[in-house]
Amino acid sequence: MTTTLITPAPGPVASPRRSKRASQGPVGGRGGGDAWKLVLPCLLPVMLFSVYPLLRGIYLGFTDAEAGLNTTTTFTGLENYRNLRGYDLFWDSFRIGLIWTVSVTTLQFFLSLALALLLNLDLKLRWLARTLALVPWAIPPVIVAIMWRLMLHPRSGAVNKVLRELGFAGDTNWLGDFKYALPAAILVGVWSGMPQTTITLLAGLQSVPEELNEAAAIDGAGSVRRFFHVTLPALRPIILAITTLDMINNFNSFALVYTLTAGGPGGKTMLPSLFVYNEAFQFGHWGYAAAMGNVMVIVVGTFLVVYLWAGGRPGRAAA
Amino acid sequence: MITGRHRRVTRPLQYVALGAFMVFLAFPVVYLLITALKPQSELLDPEPSFLPKEIEWSNFTEAIDKTRFWTTARNSAVVATVTMTVTILLAMPAAYALARFRTKLRGLATGWILLSQVFPFILIIIPLFMVLRDLELVDTLIGLVAVYTVWSLPFALWMLRGYIAGIPADLEEAGAMDGASRFTVLRKIILPLLAPGLVATALFTFISSWNEFFFALVLIQSPERETLPLTLANFVGAEGQVALGELAAASLLAAIPSLAFFAVIQRRLTSGLLSGAVKG
Repeated sequence: MTTTLITPAPGPVASPRRSKRASQGPVGGRGGGDAWKLVLPCLLPVMLFSVYPLLRGIYLGFTDAEAGLNTTTTFTGLENYRNLRGYDLFWDSFRIGLIWTVSVTTLQFFLSLALALLLNLDLKLRWLARTLALVPWAIPPVIVAIMWRLMLHPRSGAVNKVLRELGFAGDTNWLGDFKYALPAAILVGVWSGMPQTTITLLAGLQSVPEELNEAAAIDGAGSVRRFFHVTLPALRPIILAITTLDMINNFNSFALVYTLTAGGPGGKTMLPSLFVYNEAFQFGHWGYAAAMGNVMVIVVGTFLVVYLWAGGRPGRAAA
Repeated sequence: MITGRHRRVTRPLQYVALGAFMVFLAFPVVYLLITALKPQSELLDPEPSFLPKEIEWSNFTEAIDKTRFWTTARNSAVVATVTMTVTILLAMPAAYALARFRTKLRGLATGWILLSQVFPFILIIIPLFMVLRDLELVDTLIGLVAVYTVWSLPFALWMLRGYIAGIPADLEEAGAMDGASRFTVLRKIILPLLAPGLVATALFTFISSWNEFFFALVLIQSPERETLPLTLANFVGAEGQVALGELAAASLLAAIPSLAFFAVIQRRLTSGLLSGAVKG
């Protein structure tokens, strides 16, 4: 089902069925050796800058590597992980990361589903609404953060101004307050990721066969029942795929929150990626930071496997 | 008739809900523009008016001065252009191979493409920094280009592979039968058909590099080699605390390429065609 998700549209000439046939085998009897030759230019940089660092990164998590040129690195086995067990600051950050990931993904999903359903209706100015729904996507994360810093500015921000107009005090320092900083950051996270989710769900809605809905309507099912018994089951694989992708993206999110709050106030918005960044590049504990990265990968990987398994069709969603 | 009455109640509600969504999604950008046009005095006003009373263009000129905007923008442009070119040159033959040959490569490449989309960069960045340090490429634009290229490749490869698979292989066979060499077939038949997909992939790569922040933050240290997102983020912590109008102006300028790109491709996005091809 991820074909809807990550496969680009076929070119202008061919239908999807056609493309599948064309890709079935080599053309004109050319062999696999040619394929390797064509891939080779890619392979060297990929090995050097992605596969090798990946493996070395995992290994680093089992060493006491430090920043700096003249340090010696020794293999320390599981010592990093034993130390990590009692390191409360890291687990606080991990907890914040999970709250952030689950909240942003959930809110994003329900809001996007509502918006996609509206955009799928035959409303006036639909083209305009569909265009505007893409706006957050066009703004890079750093600028999204700046924009919302302006919106949430305690004195001159639009949010507090509206609150004052409505008769509230309107003097909350949203991003500087222990209570409100994380919810405010979550709101910004939801805003910035909504277009991708909306567009994907909209594409899914458009692929639900019209006949199914008509048949159900003839059988006397109301629109609510049709939604829960026809539309939602048909969307299920797409929902599973997009929420999984959103979860991964949100958990790995960095630029947005770094620019928005830099993890503050008092570490209340310190996502794990920010925490590990500080550990590695502010304090120079490379080995320890890599160990944290490994823990993140394992926990999130496990979480995703369980989620996809519970979602019912792990094979289809992951492949 | 029941549905008719039902409709008369729900339709207005649907418009209200849609309107609320539009305000939520579009207003922050409008507000950025308003802020960029307001003079400092109005921004500090405890009872600010919504629209600027007088339009202040000096925010833009001040922002350009203070952020050394042209130097940074040139760095961003150079990095994004070179990344785009190299990525396309490397990805095109590989994408062709993945689209046209059925070998073990395909499974391997797909696995790597998926993995690279979900892997936390935070774990990559430390060893990547070490590799670049050994090559003396830390704090250079070349190092940044190398990293961006490698991490743009999976997605470019995936997009291009799809576009090439969409071009019928029969066309190539027909060309070969007419006696054209393989190179001529590729250049005269495949390339023109591939052009729209190629442009989309190239632009997407350009925009991703233009907007990228995390790698730049770690790898670039000298102010004269900063890219735009880096400069903006630094401006937030320094001048940007008070000079809100200038911060907004600089942000708007930096977002122009990205906004233009989305304006161009939005029709294809909303029609659901590209829905999966572009991931944020």
